[in-house]
Amino acid sequence: MKLLNYTSRYLAILLLPLITVWAVLFYYAMLDEIYDSLDDGLENQKLLMVERAAIDPSILLQDDPEFKKHVYNFTRIDKETYRNFKESYRDTLMFMLNEEDYEPVRIYESAVTFGNDYYKLKIITSMVEEDDLVQDLAIYIIALYLVLVASILLLNNFLLRRIWKPFYSLIAQLRSFKIEKNTSIETAPTNIEEFRILNNTVDKLIRKSTDSYVAQKQFIENASHELQTPLGISINKLELFLENNTLTENQLADIATVLENLGRLTRLNKSLLLLSKIENHQFNDEEKVDFNSLTKTIVSDFEDLAEHKKMKFTISSSGSLIYKMNEDLAIILLTNLIKNALVHGKRKHSVQIKITKNKWQISNLGKMKVIDEDTLFTRFRVSGNRNKSTGLGLAIAKAVANKYGIDIHYSFEGLHIFSLRFADVK
Amino acid sequence: MKILIIEDEPQMLENMQESLEREEYTVTAVSDYRTASERIGVYDYDCVLLDIGLPDGNGLELLKELKKLGKSEGVIIVSAKDSLDDRLEGLYLGADDYLSKPFHMAELHARVKAVLRRRYFEGNTRVEIGNVSIDPESRSVKIADAEINLNRKEYAILMYLITNKTRLVTKTALAEHVWGDHIDQADSFDFIYSQIKNLRKKLKKATINIEAVYGVGYKLDIL
Repeated sequence: MKLLNYTSRYLAILLLPLITVWAVLFYYAMLDEIYDSLDDGLENQKLLMVERAAIDPSILLQDDPEFKKHVYNFTRIDKETYRNFKESYRDTLMFMLNEEDYEPVRIYESAVTFGNDYYKLKIITSMVEEDDLVQDLAIYIIALYLVLVASILLLNNFLLRRIWKPFYSLIAQLRSFKIEKNTSIETAPTNIEEFRILNNTVDKLIRKSTDSYVAQKQFIENASHELQTPLGISINKLELFLENNTLTENQLADIATVLENLGRLTRLNKSLLLLSKIENHQFNDEEKVDFNSLTKTIVSDFEDLAEHKKMKFTISSSGSLIYKMNEDLAIILLTNLIKNALVHGKRKHSVQIKITKNKWQISNLGKMKVIDEDTLFTRFRVSGNRNKSTGLGLAIAKAVANKYGIDIHYSFEGLHIFSLRFADVK
Repeated sequence: MKILIIEDEPQMLENMQESLEREEYTVTAVSDYRTASERIGVYDYDCVLLDIGLPDGNGLELLKELKKLGKSEGVIIVSAKDSLDDRLEGLYLGADDYLSKPFHMAELHARVKAVLRRRYFEGNTRVEIGNVSIDPESRSVKIADAEINLNRKEYAILMYLITNKTRLVTKTALAEHVWGDHIDQADSFDFIYSQIKNLRKKLKKATINIEAVYGVGYKLDIL
């Protein structure tokens, strides 16, 4: 869930009980105020009645208990009752002509005296309709809630999005950041301190890792480069030594071992140089490479080795796979995968290569069980008992695949399967 | 045959010189651009081994100089860089071959001989050794006038061993020459043995013999 929606969701959840509690409190406070003002009005009317009765005593004599003619009624009472009388306000229902329904009214009962006569005075006034009030209030509250949530969403999506812009721009760049390609990220200037700290820290971090990446790359390249000459000198010296001297079998074997190891070192070195070159984008020429015919060519180069291991290649192609890339790198890619299948394949079994319009796949029966894909393509991953491989073959294949956006994938289904998926085959 | 080696690494130079002199070439060795330039201007050579990474200049400039002087030396570029661009530019400028360091001595001899053969016999001379006669152009091999059939690999092995006759050729050098660089990590080079065995069978009547030198490689001897 996105940060913006996350805060919006919490606000919406929090607002619901808050507004409900507020609505209840508001309702009672308002009702209280309404009663208060109604009661004040009734009391005022009583005083007016008393004043009027002094001028026009006839109003004291009317008999209108149902309040058909007036909103007031006087009833004569005795002195004793008058003395014990307590003023009261109460609610009751009365039939309203306009509403054609019983509606609540407020009745005020009080006792008054004129000379020696005692009267009970009743005054009524129309009350607020509580059910209507509750209904109206509920509708307005719900509307308020919706408006609030909507404005929060709007606020988040417009205002907060703007405020968080540096943050989103940063994570967008970080997501697409590749240390082999990018050297830095661009951060937009911001007034928000946290973002400024974040920007600066990320910037520093990236510069540091890029620097060490470049340094490491250069180191590998320089080191392997500088190693070539001394390796050459050593190998040639030993070759000359072999020519010049008559040696015993043991001496020959020793020198052969040294030469063999120097050879390994040379191959390792060459592979490292090749990796550096691929990563440094030193193979720039691109052309349409026909993988079907390239596969055939490379396989024929390996026939001797396959025959030696009593292995066979079967190529089945159900489409022509043509991809635009550097031809040398295409050769390196296929060679490494084919060689890998051959070297790790079981004797007397076959290696299958399947080619379709956008997929190249090689499978072989291996000595080992499932291999961990995560470490498979890393440098110097050497399988158990083999000590003659450089451990760089698959790393090189991966580097080539990465360069051209080819998806290289390993899976195990009884057979070890390496597949290349070509994204946009023209 | 006169060979000029231009190489700034003294020990490398020494090795190459020693090995080539044993083949009875007249070898001149220089280790910097200036001296090399002087030599080229004054003397003629049959083959020039040119290191392009010289301390006081780019070897490719020397190559241009040579071509400007209208010299016909065969030029083999020797480089530790193994860069495709250098290789292409070198060949474009008229170099005959490109050898990347580190290399095997056997490979150096093969390249030098190939250049010399192309220069002086235009590749059209038969190679005679013992009672074996080879036509490099048509790749036909005859033993005492009877033609034998060699496949591509067997032919390459035979030629390489003949080029380096009486010299011990290591298995690695042989494999790299015949099967190319990418054969490198194959489980040892045992599989070469079966090829050699086949070749030996076909050369039964020849007066040359491929001798296996224990654990190291092979040597071609004339009986």
